[in-house]
Amino acid sequence: MNFVALKMLTADRAKYFGLIFAIAFASFLLANQVSIFIGIMTRPASQIRDVVDADIWVMDPQTLYDGEVSALRDYDLYRVRSVPGVKWAVPLYKGTGRAKGPDGKFRTVILMGLDDASLVGTPRKMLVGSIYDLRLPDAAIIDKAGYSYFFPGQPLRAGRTLQMNEKRVLIVGISDASAPFQSFPVLHTRYSQAIGFVGRERNLLSFVLAKPAEGVPVEEACRRIEAATGLRVRSSAAFSGDAFRFYMRNTGIPINFGITVVIALIVGTVVAGQTFYIFTIENLRQFGTLKAIGVTNRRIVGMILLQAIVVGGTGYALGLGMAAAFFSITLNYLPTRGIVLPWQVMAGIAAVILIVVGLASLMSIRRVLVLEPAVVFRS
Amino acid sequence: MDENGNAVLCRDVMKVFGRGDAQVQALRGIDMEAGLGEMTMLVGPSGSGKTTLLSVITGLLDATAGDLVVLGERPGRLSPEERILFRRKNLGFVFQQYNLIPALTAAENVAVPLLADGRKRQQAVAVGKAILDALGMSHRVHALPNELSGGEQQRVALARALIHDPRLIVCDEPTSALDARTGHAVMELLRAAAVRPDRAVIIVTHDARIFPFADRIAHMDDGRIVNLEVNGKKGD
Repeated sequence: MNFVALKMLTADRAKYFGLIFAIAFASFLLANQVSIFIGIMTRPASQIRDVVDADIWVMDPQTLYDGEVSALRDYDLYRVRSVPGVKWAVPLYKGTGRAKGPDGKFRTVILMGLDDASLVGTPRKMLVGSIYDLRLPDAAIIDKAGYSYFFPGQPLRAGRTLQMNEKRVLIVGISDASAPFQSFPVLHTRYSQAIGFVGRERNLLSFVLAKPAEGVPVEEACRRIEAATGLRVRSSAAFSGDAFRFYMRNTGIPINFGITVVIALIVGTVVAGQTFYIFTIENLRQFGTLKAIGVTNRRIVGMILLQAIVVGGTGYALGLGMAAAFFSITLNYLPTRGIVLPWQVMAGIAAVILIVVGLASLMSIRRVLVLEPAVVFRS
Repeated sequence: MDENGNAVLCRDVMKVFGRGDAQVQALRGIDMEAGLGEMTMLVGPSGSGKTTLLSVITGLLDATAGDLVVLGERPGRLSPEERILFRRKNLGFVFQQYNLIPALTAAENVAVPLLADGRKRQQAVAVGKAILDALGMSHRVHALPNELSGGEQQRVALARALIHDPRLIVCDEPTSALDARTGHAVMELLRAAAVRPDRAVIIVTHDARIFPFADRIAHMDDGRIVNLEVNGKKGD
């Protein structure tokens, strides 16, 4: 009877495609909005994630996330280094400054000042140049998005200059740094150089980056540093979570995206569910005929579930295909770089669609099961 | 069937719908037989209970009281699942509005009872084509219901009722949607193809033009059989 179920489903092309597109549209909207939301909400932690050498971030107790920093005192670096179980600890400056291009165009940039000796915290992926060129005078590495802003349409190459704080900034490399939450360019330079670029402040030590000794778990090292120094100590993962939660609590992003996701869910559920339900209701007489002829309820339930699975599966595949195509295009644009369709989102939406078509099927099945087969004798 | 060769035996069969003030007594003690090899017609005005009686005989509705034997079985004593299997094996249906599945071709529609019985699609459709061929519909096997005339649709419905070789065929107003000539042709076909010594045919109708095809006519009114004609002779 499977082919009967499929023929019943596809006989009215307009309704069939209506059902498919309702599910596809809901899937696309959900995949799109949830993925963009996740992509954007991972951006606040971009500079934390990009530091892969250190596992531990030490900061002033009042610093909640890496976007707004209360500086440490210089000697805090030594206090951290003296804690048993700490393999090494290095300084990190993170702040903002104003960079001016050769044509006078300027922008606020995120400036990362890395330990002069170890260069811990350098960008993970270099597109042009070498991280070791940071040792040159006035040297900085700029991210691709920043380079494209200051030198639009020009080939990626080292040797160009910017100005910060009336000082020359020599671009020695171009990195593929993760996109920050704001669309600011990201510059990496040496810690001692950063002082020159932003101007002298009383305290510049934003963070101390540390690595636990062999055999000491990260969490244990965090506890020891915290106990010894009284500073706030977070693992990289925990600090990324802090940044995420700060933006969740203090921006309208979750509400805006949440509303869109809920609307997509409601529209998808209502449209797809109702269309499928109406489809079944319109076929009640046919189901009644099948029941009268001797098709069992179990078989009819199987037919409806098959129809639901085909509609749900096809719509889901189409919607996810559209979402994947969307992200494969936007991945190449600098403003939307790094925003992808995670497999977890795909799995989650599969579960949502399964629930939607499942609920619609349940309502339809209920109507068919309670259907009195004697209805076939009514004209 | 019973010892007298009756496919259907009703004794004081009653059917009540609803409760209390809303109660409707649709059948008020039906006594009748439908013999094998015979075409029995249930006739009467709208609301006389003939379709309800047909639904009770086919096991689509339960009788409220009385004794009903269909092909030797008492439908009221069968479980719902057994009743479905009983219908699938022993009954063929022809409906007033044909009730063909619009998405299926004529041959596929005819094949539905075999498909319901678990037969493979190709095999079932091949048998469907053969039946349609026997009913003079070989040129329309691939047509969809909406491409067929009323008479052709009813022939497809008849083929569907015959395909699994049932021992009882029930028809609900098989000619009411057809013009006189087509209705006559359908009845001739029904008589020729369906009536066999080991099979009974029960027809619900109020179309007096087809009464001459009947072996037995039960006239119903207000839930009762008020008159019974056997081979053209009137009874009580």
